[in-house]
Amino acid sequence: MLPIGALLAGCAVFSLFLLLQGKSPAEFFALVYRAGFGTAFSWENTLSRAAPLLLAALCVALPARLGLVVIGGEGAIVLGGVGAGFAGVLLSGEPAGVALPVMLLAAMLLGALWIGAIGALRHYRGVNETIASLLMAYIAIALMNHLVEGPLRDPASLNKPSTAPLNEALRVGTIPGWNVHWGLAFGVVACVLAWVLIDKTTWGFAARIAGGNVRAAQVQALPVGKLILSFTALGGAFAGMAGFFEVAAVHGSANASLAGGYGYTGILIAFLARHNPLAIVPVAILLAGFEASSGLVQRRMDLPDATVLVLQGFVFMAILMSETLYGRFKVFAPERWRTV
Amino acid sequence: MPFTSLSRRGFLTGTVAAASASAVPQLGFAGSHSPLTIGFIYVGPKDDFGYNQAHAEGAAAVKAMEGVTVIEEENVAETIDVQKSMESMINFDDAKLLFPTSFGYFDPHVLETAPKHPEVRFQHAAGLWSEGMPTNVGSYFGYIGMGQYLNGITAGHATTTKRIGFVAAKPIPQVLLNINSFLLGARQVDPEITCQVIFTGEWSLAVKEAEATNALADAGCDVITCHVDGPKVVMETAAGRDCFVCGYHANQSPLAPEKYLTGAEWNWAGVYTNMVQTVLDGGTIDNFVRGGLADGFIKMSPLGPAVSDAARAQFEATKAQIMAGEFSAIKGPLKDNTGNAIAAEGEGFAEDDIALESMDYLVEGVIGSTS
Repeated sequence: MLPIGALLAGCAVFSLFLLLQGKSPAEFFALVYRAGFGTAFSWENTLSRAAPLLLAALCVALPARLGLVVIGGEGAIVLGGVGAGFAGVLLSGEPAGVALPVMLLAAMLLGALWIGAIGALRHYRGVNETIASLLMAYIAIALMNHLVEGPLRDPASLNKPSTAPLNEALRVGTIPGWNVHWGLAFGVVACVLAWVLIDKTTWGFAARIAGGNVRAAQVQALPVGKLILSFTALGGAFAGMAGFFEVAAVHGSANASLAGGYGYTGILIAFLARHNPLAIVPVAILLAGFEASSGLVQRRMDLPDATVLVLQGFVFMAILMSETLYGRFKVFAPERWRTV
Repeated sequence: MPFTSLSRRGFLTGTVAAASASAVPQLGFAGSHSPLTIGFIYVGPKDDFGYNQAHAEGAAAVKAMEGVTVIEEENVAETIDVQKSMESMINFDDAKLLFPTSFGYFDPHVLETAPKHPEVRFQHAAGLWSEGMPTNVGSYFGYIGMGQYLNGITAGHATTTKRIGFVAAKPIPQVLLNINSFLLGARQVDPEITCQVIFTGEWSLAVKEAEATNALADAGCDVITCHVDGPKVVMETAAGRDCFVCGYHANQSPLAPEKYLTGAEWNWAGVYTNMVQTVLDGGTIDNFVRGGLADGFIKMSPLGPAVSDAARAQFEATKAQIMAGEFSAIKGPLKDNTGNAIAAEGEGFAEDDIALESMDYLVEGVIGSTS
């Protein structure tokens, strides 16, 4: 309820911003609708973009249920992509039924290790996970650049250093009947699984307690350390999965294009969804629709490409500010607090 | 026919129109009065004083032509974003000719999108189209290394420390050719000159570009050029350190009017208007097009106030040789900076030699490493 209000408030402030620029908000939102959701192509465009965002958002939302703000999912995505790309090269002679699962596991494992390490630093050494994850994302990107330009480089990739191209049989195709790759389906399933884990299992219940009050959790002898490690690692595994799909479904090899910024958009989505995995699905689709419309907005309204980022920024600010409103109005009373 | 011979002067002199008549129905605008919609896609901002601005200046020239509508998008990532931007231009604006201008758009994005839209022509900058790739894809580029060679001549005259500097993005063939050409141009003036190179690792990373420029100035380099997407930071930082600068991609003289010697610029305005005219006339553009100074693909910025008369004379003489097509910047005797022979006495690589497009070495005199 409140996030929807905040979304509308963000859009309202953004409309003022457009009016100040002498542009029509009505035209803007009509274009966003048309390019994001208005036609079959718009939906394909939106859903293709949503696929990595779903998984990137889970990398933020899962640790967030323990009260951890992890903002470095980008690092797990690029390393996952490199892992998948390299595994794909090693297994190029194997049938897809063997190679693809191994590539997926390699990507998820690398992502899990990377974000899990942030959880471990947090739990055992008291290192702030927000800063650590952000800085480690830069390290991951540098590591990826080193690997694809150095040891893993395909000598034939002249002006765009990449790992060797995946064998055509190891490419992930599109969902039958749609021009959208399988990453979308995996992303949605991952969101549902994460929701089941958090809302329907005792492990998730323990995580929510630890997230609400870590001392209470310790008094109850809940394994806070294991919870932190497992939730950060799981979040990282999902981000690594996003990297796998970027390589296997989109790029066909691992290269610097893996650092596409999905990890950062995922932060916004997770916060908008209030870290509820089920809510991530519609929110990711909405934000992907905004991004899908960026091009048409630039072309038709002569607005800079940053316009959609400004909109996202206003919405994000509105969401953060709305947090202070919780409990102030009866109508906004959060359901979760009543049920937990 | 080998594609280098397909590519060059023939293009500008219009013989491309030898292009088969069969292409006319395929493209389908000859004789039609609805404007041809042309989409330009840039990987960065179109006012970056660099790579993207050079292409946007070309797009602006096309915009002024009769019978065309130009649409543009900037800051489009080399991910599924660009695939969808191209398809969005096709679906919503009925674009029939696309110019996705970043190298990284080519494989897989252009190559995978083109077969789905056979009625659309995809003209990609810098890619290496080869037989077997979709026929509605074309790639074009220019021999801008020669521009860096001419930059090097002005740098060779301007330097007093005999050290010049190069801020580079990534150690890939196009960049290495520019670095080597810059040094060899300077060595034509004085064979003792060395060139220090620093790779930032990214196409656009302002902080590192500034750090690299300062490091070069600290090391005694007094003429600096670069190959990054937007040279603005390098130019302003270097001029602020009292170094001379040579431009790249576009004309950066407004950023450092006193310190700017010259610059290697793309001349996409001429190239794009010719390509668009070919299509408007019902012809097809060759799939693989390359050109240099003589073909109007690249041009040099006007020489700055700090360029001496001696420098000007040598610059003009070498430029005339290049224009006449009888000049090799990379020629023997030449070793790389680890001692391996590149070319023996009498051997040389003409600017259109395809071997230069897979260069993987820095020549002797360049201080730096490709890995």
